[in-house]
Amino acid sequence: MNKVELCGVSLKNPVIAASGTFGFGEEYKEYFDIGRLGGISGKGLTINEKQGNNGIRVYESRGGMMNSVGLQNPGIEKFINVELKEMLKHNTAIIANVGGSSIEDYMAAIERLNNEPIDILELNISCPNVLCGGMAFGIKSGVAYDMVREVKSICKKPLMVKLSPNAEDIVDMAYKCCEAGADALSLVNTFKGMAVDIHKRKPIFNNIYAGVSGPAIKPMALRMVHEVCKAVNVPVVGMGGISSFEDAIEFIMVGAQAVGVGTANFIKPDICIDIIEGIESYMIKEGIKDLSEIRGII
Amino acid sequence: MKCLVAKTYENVLISEGVYKLSIKGKFNVKPGQFFMLKVGEKEPLLPRPISVYDVDDEKISFLYQTVGGGTKLLSKLKENDELQIMGPLGNGFDIEKIKGKIAVVSGGIGIAPLIYLIKKLRDCDIDLYAGFKAVDYSVDSVEKYVNKINLSTESGKIGHKGYITDLIVPQKYEVVICCGPEIMMKKVISMCNDAKVPVYVSMESHMACGIGACLVCTCKTKAGNKRTCKDGPVFDGKDLMFNDILEVGSTATKEMI
Repeated sequence: MNKVELCGVSLKNPVIAASGTFGFGEEYKEYFDIGRLGGISGKGLTINEKQGNNGIRVYESRGGMMNSVGLQNPGIEKFINVELKEMLKHNTAIIANVGGSSIEDYMAAIERLNNEPIDILELNISCPNVLCGGMAFGIKSGVAYDMVREVKSICKKPLMVKLSPNAEDIVDMAYKCCEAGADALSLVNTFKGMAVDIHKRKPIFNNIYAGVSGPAIKPMALRMVHEVCKAVNVPVVGMGGISSFEDAIEFIMVGAQAVGVGTANFIKPDICIDIIEGIESYMIKEGIKDLSEIRGII
Repeated sequence: MKCLVAKTYENVLISEGVYKLSIKGKFNVKPGQFFMLKVGEKEPLLPRPISVYDVDDEKISFLYQTVGGGTKLLSKLKENDELQIMGPLGNGFDIEKIKGKIAVVSGGIGIAPLIYLIKKLRDCDIDLYAGFKAVDYSVDSVEKYVNKINLSTESGKIGHKGYITDLIVPQKYEVVICCGPEIMMKKVISMCNDAKVPVYVSMESHMACGIGACLVCTCKTKAGNKRTCKDGPVFDGKDLMFNDILEVGSTATKEMI
């Protein structure tokens, strides 16, 4: 009953496990049937394997958390040969999230993924934890436009661009990405934040800045999704601090086609199921037959 | 592995700032494994990884020190209070590999997983080396399982004055097991590597998911980054690299515990 379509791909429900919080699904299968998810957006991939950042990688902030993983991932080749094969067993939409530090990296990764059985390609131009690691492309709309245009010219999959809330102007950014050919948008990635160790008189994170996620960012994320949904015609996957079905419904009411659940997976590993079931009972209770009845009503 | 809501059996203060929390239920756990514990829906947001201290037919016990927000909240639990528990997690010790004359070395609260290990080891001749800041705790619970208990405190009030590493001679043992502050484990590993004695350590790390998905609890090894929660927390000492000490529990990051 709450099936949704996302750039030509049919999702059994609007709940997608967000990139970077769900591995490639393997670790969560002991806690619930992964096939019940609308989709999985896998851990951000780069053309070559990456070991990620040194130093502290996680720090809890009020109402949320900060991470500085730095795109640690097995690389595209190993992903295709190992993790993707496991993901395919789950009967859920597969979104491959791709990052990089140069346009050549992105192009090589996309070329390699073009003929693999993934449903959607999510272009990560928003990772705050790698120098030039994606987010460099996600700050200025002009830079993002050129990047998306190049990628779109070779990409054979539906292309979803994941936006950073750190963009100079989120609406202009969204608009330019669509103009450059994005088939969908997902937002928001983490907010750039920082924390200081006052005893050492140094930043907590080696990279100084880190990505803030969790319930604390939800109001800002919701506002951005609202603004973007008003400005573009492509479907938007809304995310940022979603931890309950009520949060998910809020994002749908401001216009999101589907929603991403990230940090909440750490609080309770099967929270996506609670959210999926919560949406279903809400729909029954409110007499909603299709989510389109409430989508974008605000 | 499961994530469920369980009930507190008891929660008792056993030393200054150190509690033993027992939770009702029957669990099958390997020594060295841990659970992610979370009290309430709100802050702190993330569950806290706590290693298993003891298991019997009706309950599972954890020893923890109140350091930050998560453990302070744990310390307020009373009989029958509910909390979310997820586990057992991690690899645990491979007790088949631990035979003969062994040294078990702990620093502070690092003794928690080692107590359960000592109770589960078979065909071993065990010497316990337990270092504490001011006073010892919980060592008496394994008196009947070990040959000798060597204690140290920084004040010298109990046992040797100084660090527990002052007392160990790895050459005397077939295997050394260690859990404690990272700086101490580094020292023990280096001593054992020099003496060519196998050493297994249980690492501590700040975690988020606890199951191997988020990659925030990375532990550097000669074979690349490993996940403390999933590939560990028990590692072979000769594989570890310590050039990036994270200082878990240092003042600034204590809120993560």
